[in-house]
Amino acid sequence: METIYLLFIVLLAAFLGFELIRKVPATLHTPLMSGSNAISGITLVGALVSSGSDNSMLTTILGTAAVTLASINVVGGYLVTDRMLGMFKKKDNN
Amino acid sequence: MTIETLINLAYVLAAGLFIFGLKLLSHPSTARKGNFVSAVGMFVAVMVTLLDQQIISYNYIIVGVLIGGLYGAWKARSVQMTQMPEMVSLFNGFGGAASLLLGWATVSSMDASASGYNQAFVFITVLLTLLIGGITFSGSVVAWGKLSGKLSSKAFIFTGLRELSILHLLAMAAVGYLFVTQPSNEVWLYCIIALGLSFGLWATISIGGADMPVVIALLNSYSGIAASAAGLAVGNTILIVTGLLVGASGLILTNIMCKAMNRSLMNVLLSGFAKPIEQGEVITGEIKVLSPQDAFYVLEAAQAVLVVPGYGMAVAQAQHAVRELHTLLEENGCTVDYAIHAVAGRMPGHMNVLLAEADVPYDQLYEMDDVNPRMENYDVVIVIGANDVVNPAAKEMKGSPIYGMPVIEAHRAKTVFVLKRSANAGFAGVDNPLFFKDNTRMILGDAKETINGLIREFGD
Repeated sequence: METIYLLFIVLLAAFLGFELIRKVPATLHTPLMSGSNAISGITLVGALVSSGSDNSMLTTILGTAAVTLASINVVGGYLVTDRMLGMFKKKDNN
Repeated sequence: MTIETLINLAYVLAAGLFIFGLKLLSHPSTARKGNFVSAVGMFVAVMVTLLDQQIISYNYIIVGVLIGGLYGAWKARSVQMTQMPEMVSLFNGFGGAASLLLGWATVSSMDASASGYNQAFVFITVLLTLLIGGITFSGSVVAWGKLSGKLSSKAFIFTGLRELSILHLLAMAAVGYLFVTQPSNEVWLYCIIALGLSFGLWATISIGGADMPVVIALLNSYSGIAASAAGLAVGNTILIVTGLLVGASGLILTNIMCKAMNRSLMNVLLSGFAKPIEQGEVITGEIKVLSPQDAFYVLEAAQAVLVVPGYGMAVAQAQHAVRELHTLLEENGCTVDYAIHAVAGRMPGHMNVLLAEADVPYDQLYEMDDVNPRMENYDVVIVIGANDVVNPAAKEMKGSPIYGMPVIEAHRAKTVFVLKRSANAGFAGVDNPLFFKDNTRMILGDAKETINGLIREFGD
């Protein structure tokens, strides 16, 4: 039954994603992509458990490597997106 | 309330924050807040995960987060806006690799912690994670190499590429079946990882630099799908949901890019396998060259100017010079607009970010469909480092490889200035009839130098 629930989530999240992203204007497509980089760093959440739990050495090493890479995405992705979005200005503000 | 319930409730909150953050990204004025909301969501998700009772030691976690976080922060601060395509590509790769490693870690710990649900389901999702993660990683590294100039940006094609790829796909199916049915045999695990990595390599190396916007967008999507597959494997809902949000985002961008080039995704991905298109007609004509001094006289009298930037503007780092010229023109009583083609540059929205960096207000940037109907009203169109996106062959010449691609119809304006390094064929090797039109004037030389020359003329 749990598998079915997971597939339900897959279906709904995919539709929601399409509806949300369709509304992002073309001018913000680069920040959208770097923001997506940051969000895809959510793998970090899964990797934390692999890295910290009492498993074989191999699991710990793989998990820690995943934590490192996902952290790059999370921190770098959010910071660079913020930096970019800070540059977008409307004419009146100039 | 158990800790597990608490964690799951916090995940619901985090997912809500991600969704709300993406919603705020639908307008430039709220986008920055949206990014912040999304970051808060990530913070909540990570913090609450640390409460997980399976986590016994924090030493490795701290080391990993510190190394990754510091490198990410350094990269985010030091990257130049012209290098954004490389950076996004590299981060796509890190995302794919992280999912690949997580999938691998999941299999390696399977015996120690027997998971509660269907083992075959876990192995199928791990298989998907390994394949998609591997393809994303190696494909992104190749794309990064091409974009940063470490590899040649030309499509790398050799005979047998098509057969190799078909063999690859068959091998994936066969080894995938063995991996799921004989999970205890580690050989299949390594074979799957190797197949994913090598497929990403072949698939990307055969795609040329001008098609990179499609490739980056697609790999962006894959990095999300890999995270989502990893989420299915470890049974973590927040990974599934957020991974799919990213996957959907990348797919939509891929679709926009393909439409903007009037090509199907398959056509772009398999472009390495197609026979080179023979040039049907040879365009001949005389190129009329104009000096910056003469161009200045035309611009001084202009009432409405449209700037069409392309990848060449990024290469020449000319965006700040463009902005300076823009200010001078406006002080002279002229309106300045920008027309941005969806595939201008090397990634979606590349030009918009460069112009934003140079303080060009985003409400002066227009999409192709907004400017084409009023093209006749522009006295001067300045084409900076763009070629295919203003190529009238897309409308006029049936034999042209880009025939049917929607373009910015710069040739319909009163005068067109094309800033170009030299009068050769542009990047895609397509001859551009725009260069020979009666109302076109070429200003040859480095784009930044040319614009600085125009600025000096205004000063005198």
